[in-house]
Order: sequence, then structure tokens, then C-alpha cells
Amino acid sequence: MQVLQEFRNADLVHKLAAEIRRRVTRPWVLMEICGGQTHAILQYGLDQLLPAEIELVHGPGCPVCVTPLDLIDKAIAIASLPNTILCSYGDMLRVPGSQRDLFAVRAAGGRVQVVYSPLDAVRIAQENPDREVVFFAIGFETTAPPNAMSLLQAKALGLRNFSLLVSQVRVPPAMHAILSAPTNRVQGFLLAGHVCTIMGYWEYEPIAAQYGVPMTVTGFEPVDLLQGILKTVAQLEEGRVGVENAYTRAVTRDGNRAAQQIINQVFEPCDRNWRGIGLIPLSGWGLRPEWADFDAEKRFNLGPIRTQESPLCIAGQILQGVKKPHQCPAFATLCTPQAPLGAPMVSAEGACAAYYRYGRGLEQSTRSHSEGKS
Amino acid sequence: MTTETNLPAFEGPLCPLPLSHTERIVLGHGSGGRMTHDLIRTLFQAHLGNPYLESGNDFARLPLGIEPHSEGHLILSTDSHVISPLFFPGGDIGRLAVCGTVNDVSMSGAIPLYLTAAFILEEGISIETLEQIVRSMKRAADEAGVLVVAGDTKVVEKGKGDGLFITTTGVGWLPAHHNPRGGEQAHPGDVVLLSGPIGDHGIAVLSARGELGFEAEVESDVAPLNHLIQAVLKAAPHTHVLRDPTRGGLATTLNEIARQSQVGIRIEEATIPVRPAVRAACEMLGLDPLYIANEGKVIAIVPPAEADAALDAMRQHPYGAEATRIGIVEAQPIGRVIMRTTLGTHRVVETLSGELLPRIC
Repeated sequence: MQVLQEFRNADLVHKLAAEIRRRVTRPWVLMEICGGQTHAILQYGLDQLLPAEIELVHGPGCPVCVTPLDLIDKAIAIASLPNTILCSYGDMLRVPGSQRDLFAVRAAGGRVQVVYSPLDAVRIAQENPDREVVFFAIGFETTAPPNAMSLLQAKALGLRNFSLLVSQVRVPPAMHAILSAPTNRVQGFLLAGHVCTIMGYWEYEPIAAQYGVPMTVTGFEPVDLLQGILKTVAQLEEGRVGVENAYTRAVTRDGNRAAQQIINQVFEPCDRNWRGIGLIPLSGWGLRPEWADFDAEKRFNLGPIRTQESPLCIAGQILQGVKKPHQCPAFATLCTPQAPLGAPMVSAEGACAAYYRYGRGLEQSTRSHSEGKS
Repeated sequence: MTTETNLPAFEGPLCPLPLSHTERIVLGHGSGGRMTHDLIRTLFQAHLGNPYLESGNDFARLPLGIEPHSEGHLILSTDSHVISPLFFPGGDIGRLAVCGTVNDVSMSGAIPLYLTAAFILEEGISIETLEQIVRSMKRAADEAGVLVVAGDTKVVEKGKGDGLFITTTGVGWLPAHHNPRGGEQAHPGDVVLLSGPIGDHGIAVLSARGELGFEAEVESDVAPLNHLIQAVLKAAPHTHVLRDPTRGGLATTLNEIARQSQVGIRIEEATIPVRPAVRAACEMLGLDPLYIANEGKVIAIVPPAEADAALDAMRQHPYGAEATRIGIVEAQPIGRVIMRTTLGTHRVVETLSGELLPRIC
């Protein structure tokens, strides 16, 4: 943890912020892809240290937020079946489905088990041979290796009662979607450090070139984030376009080859719906045909799922950086973490939850009295 | 009768209960008949014994003891304890059940005097475990200087309870000369004091549950705070608010006070003590120590003239050795807690929403 403290060093943070202020000559709009970065920026108030010219908009990198409604409804349907155990990461339990959430299923007697790793779900399948155990495999490239590993392990153990409900998504196609949208305002990207740890950053180079948008691989601590912003701003100010790495302690250009190999053994690219955004071609991973036996969507005959989104929720515009959470009329009034209308208000990585938790959009009442503001 | 009893120990060779029922609680222990009676006599009374508990009545008739003829208030509080696991580093459900209620009574400024304890036992729990917990209650009660004067025991079928639940109710006496004190009494200008590092209890329990995936070397801070609080009140008699940041942690408790008092509370992140092991566990799980439960800490909100004296008094008590001054009360923004981060930026600290869940990537 001492290591982390160095990346929160106040002197270094203020030096980097000063350097960003020195370099900026005109307005720039940057998007941080990852919801973890959004939370860190708000938690540390890093936006307060930036010059007014820099606007940070928040990207779609919240796996809970983009998991499509029909899959949440499917998870709810599976969890409601007798003799099944649905295993999930905790955040998914509070995400509203069309009618209810997984917490409600659990309260009604359904077996929904929060796990910290898909390998825990494999263990639960071993311990409950008379029950079907389904793991809700959501997430970006970061969760793909452990989720794939769970199938490799289940197969090695000869488990016949284990399957995955897959909602695996990838960052690069989402960036294509954002950059090619007519509403796009993003001029530079902070790439998600954890995703690049697995995948490397070579696949972003053609995207940067195609759209003329500079990018920087960025970590999650204050020093990391400001370094990412500085490198991106420097590229913009100097008229350069490329992918630079401000997270060298974790990321290489090629990424983690072993992890990629595990992903490729189990998954192949497929089209995916992103909640609030819509279908993005080849933006996800699905199970390869040889793993079809482990596909929960095939194993359970769930019948037609009719989904219904809250008409008040503007999650799609939030996830694409078109609007900020506090610009939603329902923000902090009709939609709160206690009673969320949409997924971004639920997840630990959701932008709406971050704005709510750190009191953004409430600045009128908080900042006007704050003395000693940097 | 006192705790010095001539009755044979439970595990002893002369145990009066039929052998088959000396090891585990069975439904008969809650029948109200002979087995219940024996359990009360040989376990609860043997360890917690005092003349009130042993009166044999369904009530306890108690002298107030302190200033019996003066004006003042009775302070009453109750709390149920359902913690799992029953034993964790630094404590157990018994110590928690005594300290939780002693502390709730103490936050009024009252001197806690008496407790009652109601036990809901799950069929099958070992009597040795129960005895260990009752002994721990006795130690905590002795430390706090309170007596357990009445109790109740019920047994539920196996699978209908999680080993053991304990509900304690506490009575204390608040002499009349005390100012009104409570969450609604924070005034602009007051100083916010915290008696020590936050998050120890929550992380110790998570670790004991095996939910961290690693072992955190953290002990729960569960402790009776009544003596520390009396010392603070002696040094700072005009203390406006005393509250223990239990469930929901420091952040949630400060928000409650800000709302109740219709004030703003400003805190300094750098002044809030967090043990390195707690910080490390929180980093791993994506948790914020501000929201982690404590069972042996108190927030004191004190007029500025008495703040130094109150802080000194805390620091001289073993449970307040690491006390710090963490912030101030202001008129605005009403109902909000604002934190100046270690980077000099500001952010709103919100109330905990829902249950604490770890992040997923």
C-alpha cells in the first residue's frame, strides 16, 4: 500500500496539475473510458485541479451499466427457477430489470449468491451437484480471463451442472460507436488501464489514426490520472495523434498473452447489445460453439423475454458522454442509489452513482462555502 | 449469591444435567421447565450472577444508586445482535451485545447501570460455546461497571437461527444538571472529535467470515466507552453531541448529525486515522473506510472553548489514545458533510446507500 500512497502524493499531483494548466491553450473534451476512473476523479476531486478548458466526460466503461436488460431479465428468470443457484457479482443484484431486481428474487426465495470470483461459482457447483449453478459472466476484457477460466475448470472437473450467462463486452468497438456518432464531442481518450493490462494497447492505434483522436493508457490513482490527462493534452496541443502509455507499471503494448489465450479458448467475438446504447457490431464475446453445452441461454428454455426500460432514464446519453448525470431530470430526485431507475445509478462504476455519492450536481450548496479551494 | 458459586462447572464430572444434554442446546432448554431452570442456574446465573438476577422473579427491582432523590432522567436503549461469525478477532457476540447497549446508553451522557439480556439459541449450539460467550459478557459488563439483572432464553429449531442471537436492553441515569445532548445539538463553530482509527470492526468481521479472500490482521475495536465518555464530559461538560459511528461508519453518522442539527460538517481527510491493514483491505475490496462499521469509537462534537480539553481527556483513556480533531461544524451547507481531501480538493461525503458490495473489476 506504500506504493499506492506515492501515486496519491499531493506534491506530485499539484505539480502535474500545474503542468497541465501551463500546457493548455484552448478547450479540450476528454473521455475517461472506465467507470473506475470516473469514480477516482470524483473521489479525489481531480476535476477541481484542472483548468476550465479541460472538460472530462464519462465513458461507457461500467460493465454493470451496459449489461442489456434482456440478459438481466434472463438472469432473474433463471434465479427464479427451482433447483438453480444464480451466482453473480454483487453490483448486479440491485440493477433494475424490467419488473424487478435480483434482490427481489432472493427475497422471494430464489437462490442468488454473491461471489467475488467465478471460481467461487465453480466451487458452489461442486458442492451442489443436484442443482444447476449459473454464473452471470458480465464485464469487459478484465473479467473475461477469469470467466473463461471458470469454464476450463468446470470442464476439467467434469461438472455438468455449471453454466455461464454471458454478457461479455469489449472496449474498442464501443469507441468506434462513440467516435462515429454525430453527437460525439470527444477529442481525446484516457484508455482503461486494467483493460489494457490484459489486452495491451495495439488495437487502439488504428482507431486513434482513423478518427484523429489521441489516446493515453491511464491508471486509477490521482498521479496516474493526471499523467494520462497531461499526455493526452500534450498530444492535442502539439497536434499529434497516437496511443501513449502513462501506466507503464502495469501495461505493455501486447498485454498479457497468457490471459488472451485463455479468452480465445472459450470466447469468440459476437455482436452485443449495450444497455442504453444499442447493438454494436462485434462488440462482445460469446461462447465458442464447442462450449455451447455450458451456455445458460441454451440450457434453460426461458421463453420470450419482453423488456421495458424506464422512460425517464437517460442512461444511453450518459454512457456515451453526451450528457452528464446531473443533467438528467430524474437525477437525485426520482433516481437515487436506494431506488435506481437505471444501471448507472447502481454500479460502483456508474457515473450517476459517482455523481450522487460525491455530491456532484449539488455544487451550488456545497462549493460556495468551501474555503481554501485549490 | 455471587459469581462465586458452589455449583459444578458445566464441563465438570458432576454436571447435574443428563449427560446427553450437557454438550449442546436442545429444544428442552427453552421449554421453561427444569432444563431451562438448570441452564439459567448453572450457566447464566453462575457467570452473570448478582442478587437482582437471582431473585427468581420475572422482574428485577433495582435501586438507582446514584443521587436517588435528585432530578434527572432514566436513559433506556435496546439493541439486537445477530453477528456472524459469533467469534471474531478482538471480540465475540457476547462482548458486542454488552458494549453495543452500554455505548448507546452512554452517548446520552448517562452512566449505564443495568442490562437485560434475551438469548435466542438455535438447537444444537454447543453449551461450551454459549458459556464462552456468557463469560465474555461478564468481562465486558465488569469493565463497564454494569450488572445484567434480568434475562430470557428461548430455543428455536435447528436451521431457524444462526447459532445465537442476543438482545440487550440497558438502563442508565442522567443527572439533571446535564445539558440537552444529542444529534440535533451540533452548533456552527463546534469542533468534531473522533476517538480513534475507523473501520477496525467491519474489516475484522469480514476477515473472520472468510469473505476477504485473505486474512487482514485487524482486531475489532468493540469496547465499552462509558468511562471514556465520562472523562470527556468531565473535561468538556458542554459537549453537544456524542455518537458512536457503528453501522454505516463515520460518513453515515456525520450525515445523520448534519441533518438532525441542520448544519454543515466539514472534515479533513488527512486527520482521520485509518490503520494500514484496514486501508489495505479496503483497497483490495474497493471499500471506503468512511463507511465501515466501528464498535468502540465515538464522535464528540464540542464547543470550541472545550475542544482541547475534550481531546486531551480522550487521549488519556486507553480507548481514545489515537483520538484526533477531524473537523468543524458550520451553518452551511445544511445537512451535508464536506471533506477536504488529502489533495486539497473538496467532495461531498454521502450517506451509505444499500449494503456494502465490493466492486467487480
